[in-house]
Amino acid sequence: MRNKRKTGPVAIVFLLFAGLGLNSNSAFAQRQADYESNLDVERTIAPYFTEATTKKMTPDPDGFIQRWLLLEPIDKPNRTNTVFTDSYLRNAFDTLYFENQFTGVPEHGDMVKVGDQELQWHALESNNYNVKLFRFAFGLEKKIYGVLFWAVTVVNSPVEMKNVRMAIGSNSASMWWLNGEEAALLSGDRRMVMDDVVSERLTLKKGKNIIRGVVINGPGMSDFCVRFLDEQGEPIKNLTITYE
Amino acid sequence: MNNMSSSSISIFKTYLLMKFNILKLTLAALFLVVLAGTATAQVGSPYIHDPSTIMKSDGKYYTFGTGGGGLISEDGWNWKGGAVRPGGGAAPDAIKIGDRYLIAYGVTGGGLGGGHDGQIMTMWNKTLDPNSPDFEFTEPVLVAESKNMEDNDAIDPGLLLDPTTGRLWMSYGTYFGNIRLVELDPKTGKRVEGNEAIDIAIDCEATDLEYRDGWYYLLGTHGTCCDAANATYNIIVGRSKNVTGPYVDNMGRDMLRGGAKMVVSSGGGRTNGAGHFGRVILEDGVEKVSLHYEADLNRSGRSVLAIKPLLWDKGWPEAGENLKDGTYEIESERRGYGLELVVDFVRMPRATSWGYFRNNPDAKVEPIPSQQLSDVIDTWPSGNIDVRNGDYLARPHQRWTITAVPDAPGFLGTPAYKIVIAGTERALAATADAELVTVPKFTGAPEQLWRIDQLTDGTYRIMPKSIPGSDKKLALISIGDSTPTLGEFDMSSDNSKWNFRDKN
Repeated sequence: MRNKRKTGPVAIVFLLFAGLGLNSNSAFAQRQADYESNLDVERTIAPYFTEATTKKMTPDPDGFIQRWLLLEPIDKPNRTNTVFTDSYLRNAFDTLYFENQFTGVPEHGDMVKVGDQELQWHALESNNYNVKLFRFAFGLEKKIYGVLFWAVTVVNSPVEMKNVRMAIGSNSASMWWLNGEEAALLSGDRRMVMDDVVSERLTLKKGKNIIRGVVINGPGMSDFCVRFLDEQGEPIKNLTITYE
Repeated sequence: MNNMSSSSISIFKTYLLMKFNILKLTLAALFLVVLAGTATAQVGSPYIHDPSTIMKSDGKYYTFGTGGGGLISEDGWNWKGGAVRPGGGAAPDAIKIGDRYLIAYGVTGGGLGGGHDGQIMTMWNKTLDPNSPDFEFTEPVLVAESKNMEDNDAIDPGLLLDPTTGRLWMSYGTYFGNIRLVELDPKTGKRVEGNEAIDIAIDCEATDLEYRDGWYYLLGTHGTCCDAANATYNIIVGRSKNVTGPYVDNMGRDMLRGGAKMVVSSGGGRTNGAGHFGRVILEDGVEKVSLHYEADLNRSGRSVLAIKPLLWDKGWPEAGENLKDGTYEIESERRGYGLELVVDFVRMPRATSWGYFRNNPDAKVEPIPSQQLSDVIDTWPSGNIDVRNGDYLARPHQRWTITAVPDAPGFLGTPAYKIVIAGTERALAATADAELVTVPKFTGAPEQLWRIDQLTDGTYRIMPKSIPGSDKKLALISIGDSTPTLGEFDMSSDNSKWNFRDKN
């Protein structure tokens, strides 16, 4: 995250200018764009993600959910993550960016329109315990900083499970819902730590349960990890994860 | 301080004729508050960001920071600018290997140029004293780099010479992706040929590697940097049985999954944002952690060097605190007795003679005033008085006021203290025959100045700055349960350890 960077003399001068209004977001964005245009690398979501499959999928051995529908990043410029107060986030996350934002389960390839942006949903499986949103955006040649990501997945429980908790880590701030009910808000300039914020006791219904999340980041790498814990704090693994 | 200011302002408004005196008093009080604050931070001009591990060279202490240059200190307590490190860039580290110093630093500032291409260089010098004729850095060599938005930003190096193998390791990286480990050649400072970097953590800055008692420790910094009074920078740790990891926290979480245990929290007093761990082992049981605070609110919110005691609790490092000015029992770890003057014990009046043992619900209950200095001081000799250890009752001859002496040279990370009987200038002093005495008045003589280091187990070592006519370095020890003296410090013995109890 750029606000967390070390500041050499050049950086300090830059920050001074920024503070005085002598620099601008656009100038900085231009430097980023110049840098990105000169990269000598193939932009791909591999090896971080694989395309959706129909094979049965359960949480990984530690209970992390790796199958997600991800929406390409919504443009949400922020030069620093220190603005992510609780009220800022609730306002940002309550905003309706696209139709059925809080209710629908999209399909792979669905398109939504957010302002001038035409954004696509991608059904993906993370090859890591966490979901590297930065690599998702970078690989698809989308904007990587100053962005907002929506994620949806469907957790199928063989029985009703009471007193479970959703355990989340995210970089940077995020908000999560289970079956339409708010489960957790991760505020502030935050790095991803497994089990960083854990929800109050929840109930997983027998059958389908919809998890919905939104992650916001200014500069820096975006990612998240989600799993469910039982009353003993042990990961819940007897679930199946689907896209619908 | 706020209450003090507001009450002063109120008086200021009400008593116009007294306004100048009141203002003077308020300013004096504020000045004392600031002094008290600096008593637990480094003094002088300790302005630095990302300090490297403190090195001693030619009798002086050195630390380098971001942007080039660094700080020098004669005593380890009073710091000023003047250290010289070419190359600019960010966040260096330093290590002494043989009779040379190896400096590693990041060429770039970490992403502000729009990307995360980074390079880490190393260079040698025979001395860190810029005035020495031997002072000359070798040509920097590239040992690690990042490019093309890979999961790493090659800045913030941390060096470890493995005491078990003699191999030289370097961790590096920032919040952008992974913290990596590479091996360097301890003879050349170059990257070992064919060595591949290993990912050992995510989402850290300013990592450092340490070894202790069979464990490798990966220190790092979490939180928000470079945000002055709002910086939440904090120092964390994970540990591993292998230098290559996995490094896990006290909950068993891998640092590759964000796991971490706190070593130095963000702050919360007048200094905020702790970052960039460095470890100094002075001797067995005496260790220090160097760091910077992003903002010292007593110094315009500038980033400052801080040095704290480094403690180890159940195999985990944590920062201790220098002794704060105050009045304490000086309690021996050996028996638990308190240090006291050798004077007649002056009894306090008993409670009602028979009611003491009877449970009479109708008996009147009222507080009994504590014994005061004025109750007993006339019974004390006016000259030198010896000391011993005894049952502590918070009596005037047992209560010691300990304060940092601002003008006296200090020690690495600690000021020099004076130790006097509360309410008096009667000062604890070392004698020429390595015994203890109190003198009627503190004069600032070296034998009346004390070095107090919190030890790795949380207890304290107490040493006179000097012993008259001797160059021996002795500490306050319990030679008997009731008998203190000066002797060789032994970390393995409770005789050498003391606690400061606020039981007044």
